Amino acid sequence: MEETKYMPADFKTDQQPRWCPGCGDYAIFNALVKTMAELGVSPHETVIISGIGCSSRLPYYTNTYGFHTIHGRGACVATGVKVANPALTVWQVTGDGDCLAIGGNHFIHSVRRNVDINVLLFNNQIYGLTKGQYSPTTKKGFVTKSSPYGTVERPFRTAELTFGAGGTFFGRLLDVDLKTSQMVMKAAALHKGTSVVECLVNCVIFNDGAHGWLAEKETRDDRIVVLEHGKPMIFGKNKDKGLILEKSELKVVTIGENGITDKDILVHDAKCKDTFLHTKLALMEGPEMPIAMGIIRDVEEETYEMAMENQINEIKKQTSVKSFDELIDACEQWEI
Amino acid sequence: MNKAQTIQLDNIVIRFSGDSGDGMQLTGNLFAQLSAELGNEISTFTDFPSEIRAPQGTLGGVSGFQVHVGANKIYTPGDEIDVLVTLNPAALKVNAKNLKKGSIVIFDLDSFQPSDLKKANFSTDNPFEELSLSDTIQLIPVPLTTLTKSSLEDFGFDNKTVLRSKNMLALGLVCWLFNRPLDKAIHFLENKFRKKTQILQANIKALTDGYNYGENLHLTVSNFVIEKSHEMPKGKYTSINGNKATAWGLIAAAEKAGLQLFLGSYPITPATDIMQELALQKGIGVKTVQAEDEIAGITMAIGASFAGCLAATSTSGPGMSLKTEGIGLAVMAELPLVIVDVMRSGPSTGMPTKTEQGDLLQALYGRSGESPLAVLAAPTPDSCFHYAFMASKIALENMTPVILLTDAFIGNGSSLWRLPKLADLPEIHPHFVPSNMENYKVTTRNEDTKIRYWSIPGMKGFQHCNGGLEKDYTTGNLSTDPENHEKMVLTRKQKVDNIVNVIPELEIEGNTDADLLVVGWGGTYGHLKSAVDNLNNKGYKIALAHFTYLFPLPANTENVIGKYEKIVVCELNTGQFASYLRSKIPGKTFTQFNKIQGQPFKTEELENHFISLL
Repeated sequence: MEETKYMPADFKTDQQPRWCPGCGDYAIFNALVKTMAELGVSPHETVIISGIGCSSRLPYYTNTYGFHTIHGRGACVATGVKVANPALTVWQVTGDGDCLAIGGNHFIHSVRRNVDINVLLFNNQIYGLTKGQYSPTTKKGFVTKSSPYGTVERPFRTAELTFGAGGTFFGRLLDVDLKTSQMVMKAAALHKGTSVVECLVNCVIFNDGAHGWLAEKETRDDRIVVLEHGKPMIFGKNKDKGLILEKSELKVVTIGENGITDKDILVHDAKCKDTFLHTKLALMEGPEMPIAMGIIRDVEEETYEMAMENQINEIKKQTSVKSFDELIDACEQWEI
Repeated sequence: MNKAQTIQLDNIVIRFSGDSGDGMQLTGNLFAQLSAELGNEISTFTDFPSEIRAPQGTLGGVSGFQVHVGANKIYTPGDEIDVLVTLNPAALKVNAKNLKKGSIVIFDLDSFQPSDLKKANFSTDNPFEELSLSDTIQLIPVPLTTLTKSSLEDFGFDNKTVLRSKNMLALGLVCWLFNRPLDKAIHFLENKFRKKTQILQANIKALTDGYNYGENLHLTVSNFVIEKSHEMPKGKYTSINGNKATAWGLIAAAEKAGLQLFLGSYPITPATDIMQELALQKGIGVKTVQAEDEIAGITMAIGASFAGCLAATSTSGPGMSLKTEGIGLAVMAELPLVIVDVMRSGPSTGMPTKTEQGDLLQALYGRSGESPLAVLAAPTPDSCFHYAFMASKIALENMTPVILLTDAFIGNGSSLWRLPKLADLPEIHPHFVPSNMENYKVTTRNEDTKIRYWSIPGMKGFQHCNGGLEKDYTTGNLSTDPENHEKMVLTRKQKVDNIVNVIPELEIEGNTDADLLVVGWGGTYGHLKSAVDNLNNKGYKIALAHFTYLFPLPANTENVIGKYEKIVVCELNTGQFASYLRSKIPGKTFTQFNKIQGQPFKTEELENHFISLL
């Protein structure tokens, strides 16, 4: 088969994105079209489904098939598309409100089914499009327009929810980190099953600097650890920090101190079925611990749409009823 | 042997009634199938509680299956009961008011003990007298429990398992009463219990012993013969209920259109059977998803439609409420979609197993914004096939969601159905974009019909972004331009209005030169038709206009209805169709006849009302 080379521009429309200047969504969009070009799946075989929210505008800006649906239901529409035609590459673009509040039920069930869709969950910890209300990921106590005295709600932790629902892929990226973003998006696309990618994005208007602690270029390398399967969990500006497991708890150590060498540092196993360490890694919080970016979990399981295809093919082998006329022929009947 | 004489009958109504765990639905269904196979017309009605196993022997747990067997065309499961098979006093009590004078009541003597009578709130030890039935019915006491126990004593079953075959013993007895040979019944049982040899053998034994009991014992009633039906066109027939017919209509439409069939649905009484039937047909390649909720059911279907399937979702009233937003999206995105609403008594959870026509206005208008779509309503169980097929055809050819209204009565009820061939069904041409079209936009449409062109992922060069936001008529881009929005609203309206050109005209049945026009829609057809026919036979002049295409209404509606002075609109609601007609034909007087009891009309109550109007 002839292979077509695609450029990022092949995946863009002439529509000008209409996010606020400085919005983190631009960066994610750029990483996405670059990833799409790298993947080499043609625009007409790529589908982007979104719900409602700032991020959900994204399909208008891509030259793929797109469907800007209704609040919270992107996961369902994406499931319908993928089940209908498993040959398509299906992305779901969603936000923390769309995905985890109004769409929470659909989110956990699509993850549970392991439909092969790539979920880009833009998490800015706020409702942007409705102008600044708290979301299910807003930190407790945070002041927003709908929580003028601070929220009294406990937030979801996306990874925990994903693993609880039996998730097979979880990745995390930061809007300002293009390299990691592309790496995670590509892995998410190649993963067979529901890939949940938590995109930490900045809302310049309503929650500016939510992830600022991570975004500062000067200190970023000390505050995040980028995980890749088979690679040691080493981080830091000087690549001298690492993670070890001590009494079932993760601990940051410095290579060269207290007799610690490269060999003591944990090597990431994203393909481990057990979620214990993946959960520990995904839930690390600063400032004592680095925030985990990259591919935290990437486990192989049968996908929903293929399980369905396989079952259909299996039944087709066993039954003589393969068409409407055969269905009619096979039913209880009598001549009058 | 004391076999009384054999009596010939035109038609008879038999009701099997007992606890919801007594297997009355299976028993009734088997009897209906047997009768149909012997060449009779049949119409059935299921009446069961939503409790799976209500406390045994109580009024709340009574489950019934009624079958009307006839030599000639019959349209309803019958008003009153000729033969009642009752397995406990509660079932007798519930059905007493529907017993015909002179009817036969076969009852399980063993289950009419003082403790049983108490459970059914009888205060004396003679339930028949207490219900004032003693003089009006013929009683056949049969010790069903004892007989079943002795019939199956060699099987080594526990007591509970033995008693499950009580219904088969009763069925055997009824088969004797109506001259139904057992070989066909045994054949049905063999299919049903193929994998459970012991149970199958036990059921066959009980059935046979029940038959022999009637044959050998001194039953002082006659047995009956119902002549074969003479009116039906020759062909192959089956007995089918509305839900199965709906599922098969969707299957036929998908194959005819050359599309994959997708159903997204969520279990809800009384619509679940549609999903279950389609889930069974994997060999045909049907894809079904039992979604996490009603909303997911419809939005998955919308996704499948976007990707090029014939997509459908099935539900009942409360589920329709949840699907409302999704239907709005399908209207806005101009995607084909079939939404089946098997109506039940509402509002809210209401009476889930009981029938009603209360969702009409919700189907017509129950969405935000200006969101017209086509609405159809099937009139009989077997016709659900045709209307599911036509709903699919209209959806695919006009790029619109279509709501198909059926109800618990026709969904669960069954009637005879002449088996079709795919080749005999109308063609379906989905409104795909011509492959040579240039400069395609999401809003590109046939300018004459206003129907949008369908391009699906995988088609090169037709990428677009669809969605729930308003689009520019020409470019397909997002637009909040005032004039454009108005144009788009009117365009979507025009597209649906144009469907009037492809639906059949309204036909008047009965005496067209009538003094009274009866108007109905959907699942009440059988009762209305019977009442109108009966009165015309008695010399009255009555006509029937029965609607199955509700939006748009047939083009000749106003002309046809306008001819009649006296009109009565009959519905199982407070008058939704009547008020709809008043809005469509202003100035015309429509009287109403309504019933909101969770039960279908009775032919007799209709006749009485019509006579009172003449």
